[in-house]
Amino acid sequence: MKILVGISRVPDTATRILVGKDGKSIDEQGVKFIINPYDEFALEEGLRIKEKFGGEVVTITVGPEPSKEIIRTALAMGADRAVLVKTNSSFDSFFTAKNIAIYAKEFNPDIILFGKQSVDYDSLAVPAMVSELLNFPLITIVSKLTIDGSKVVAERDVVGGREVVETTLPCVISAQKGLNEPRYPKLPDILKAKNKPIDERSPQETSPMYEIINMEIPHRARKNIILSDSDEDIAEIARLLHEDAKII
Amino acid sequence: MKKILVLIEVLENKIKRVSYELITAGRKIAEQTNYELLGVAFSSNTELLEKVKEFGLSKIILINNSTFEKYSVSLFSKALSQVVTKYQVEYVLLPAHTYGLEIAGRLAANLESPYISDCISLTIDNGKAIAKKPIYAGKAQINVLVDGNIKIFTLRPNVFTAEVNPTEKLEIEEFNPDVGDNDKKEVVVNSFRNEGKLDVLEAEIVVSGGRGIKGPEHYNLIEELANVLGAAVGASRAVVDAGWRPHNEQVGQTGKTVSPTLYVACGISGAIQHLAGMASSKFILAINKDKDAPIFKVADYGIVGDLFNAIPKLIKELKKYKE
Ligand SMILES: Cc1cc2nc3c(=O)[nH]c(=O)nc-3n(C[C@H](O)[C@H](O)[C@H](O)COP(=O)(O)OP(=O)(O)OC[C@H]3O[C@@H](n4cnc5c(N)ncnc54)[C@H](O)[C@@H]3O)c2cc1C
Ligand SMILES: Nc1ncnc2c1ncn2[C@@H]1O[C@H](COP(=O)(O)O)[C@@H](O)[C@H]1O
Repeated sequence: MKILVGISRVPDTATRILVGKDGKSIDEQGVKFIINPYDEFALEEGLRIKEKFGGEVVTITVGPEPSKEIIRTALAMGADRAVLVKTNSSFDSFFTAKNIAIYAKEFNPDIILFGKQSVDYDSLAVPAMVSELLNFPLITIVSKLTIDGSKVVAERDVVGGREVVETTLPCVISAQKGLNEPRYPKLPDILKAKNKPIDERSPQETSPMYEIINMEIPHRARKNIILSDSDEDIAEIARLLHEDAKII
Repeated sequence: MKKILVLIEVLENKIKRVSYELITAGRKIAEQTNYELLGVAFSSNTELLEKVKEFGLSKIILINNSTFEKYSVSLFSKALSQVVTKYQVEYVLLPAHTYGLEIAGRLAANLESPYISDCISLTIDNGKAIAKKPIYAGKAQINVLVDGNIKIFTLRPNVFTAEVNPTEKLEIEEFNPDVGDNDKKEVVVNSFRNEGKLDVLEAEIVVSGGRGIKGPEHYNLIEELANVLGAAVGASRAVVDAGWRPHNEQVGQTGKTVSPTLYVACGISGAIQHLAGMASSKFILAINKDKDAPIFKVADYGIVGDLFNAIPKLIKELKKYKE
């Protein structure tokens, strides 16, 4: 099995987000970057598929030079090698997808695993775009995956329920929380990862289709009427829900 | 004339409410651009489609053929790309949930056209579109200028309002996409509905419980409150991880992002990853015994107290307004 996993570098989810000087991107000062949490599920699944069927797990990242830190973590988790397509632009999902597809055409994977979304721009687009560019089947937001020969069965939550979807290899899968429990790298693995290769490449440019006008921190003025749990106060809350929020 | 195309989503013989939100958003763009508004539906139930007139849609492109009986993202996106090309569509609006998002991604790559996902506002300025979308789990948002012959957007459900704007006549034009069996790359072999249960993504009110609820056996308290309010039941991750509630109820960064009219957080501390999933709710009510819990910072209304005492009292008070 040739397994390709897309991993992106994102700010730690607990980070406080501030707008940078350009007014269009975040202030990276003091921000800790991590592997996109959903990509850990994708990588873990890739590693388990390799453990079961043999083969090779390759990660691909479209991102800046410091992405190597998260790539080392992925290699320590067990990926065999990594590809880094170096760029500073990160908003354009089509550019990312195109460059992942270009590498995929060269590598010829049996399965491509992604996270369901990257928690920076929350685009939810790259897996679908890659699948279209390669003319591969696509199953997104998967929380259970079984592979049997070339048959793939996946379960996922959809609005108001759950569904089981079938397809065949090669295909694109995007991972949801619950798919598995990602492993923690052990010290020997971390040391071993230092010697695993990172193949650095230049991107193929695509024509830009967007312009970020500005980035802002949303401010929603809240009423902040905080009362006690006395009978009168709770009656007052009910009245507010009725007369102010008008929901009952 | 150029067109604005909105997806009318039909599921189990019901038009999804988000479709009406898309129609209203599309109608507003149509008024500004003088383009024609078109709907597209995969359905065999033409009678049902009549309902769109109430919201001002007067033409639907209908894909009514047995190949499309079951959903398949590759198949549906291929058909849609043919509709976009044939009808000279400039704006495509789809819902930002599972199906809409994956269709939109494939469609955008197929047409090599700009696509902005999960928009919370969409305006037209001098023929160019400006979309607002939350990023970093809602901790920030960007305004993006989008230019191109075709522009694709997915709109976050529950954020755009569906405005009634009746029109007299509905024209239904059938379209037969040029697709074959090998375009149906994925097959839904089984689906389960959460019978009689409202999904947090679709509900106007969501009542969620957190670790403060102490155990699954007390969740009936949350359900009872939800019942009185006609709300869906949600949960924090702590509750889901403990196995008290299923993952499809989880609200937050690794769960669902909801924007209901009212969100009620019971025994939830208000961790940043939870806020990521509900901070854009119109009104927030928090019930927590710790007056310093961060959830109160984002709340419109708050009850500081033991939820086992507060919720039954609140239910009693709310019932008075229902009578
Ligand atoms: C990568 C990542 C992703 C995450 N994603 C999510 C996510 O999607 N959704 C999510 O919710 N969390 C998520 N979390 C977890 C999050 O950080 C918190 O741990 C979680 O939200 C806490 O849940 P809680 O508020 O129910 O529990 P706690 O933080 O334990 O809060 C319980 C609250 O109940 C109150 N309480 C206790 N007893 C009572 C009582 N009798 N009456 C009234 N109040 C009472 C307490 O004062 C306390 O404030 C994520 C974390 C990480 C690291
Ligand atoms: N820059 C990137 N490099 C590698 N993989 C990416 C990148 N951006 C997104 N992905 C993958 O695509 C998934 C969905 O991301 P997105 O479409 O950006 O929300 C992520 O979870 C990653 O697996």
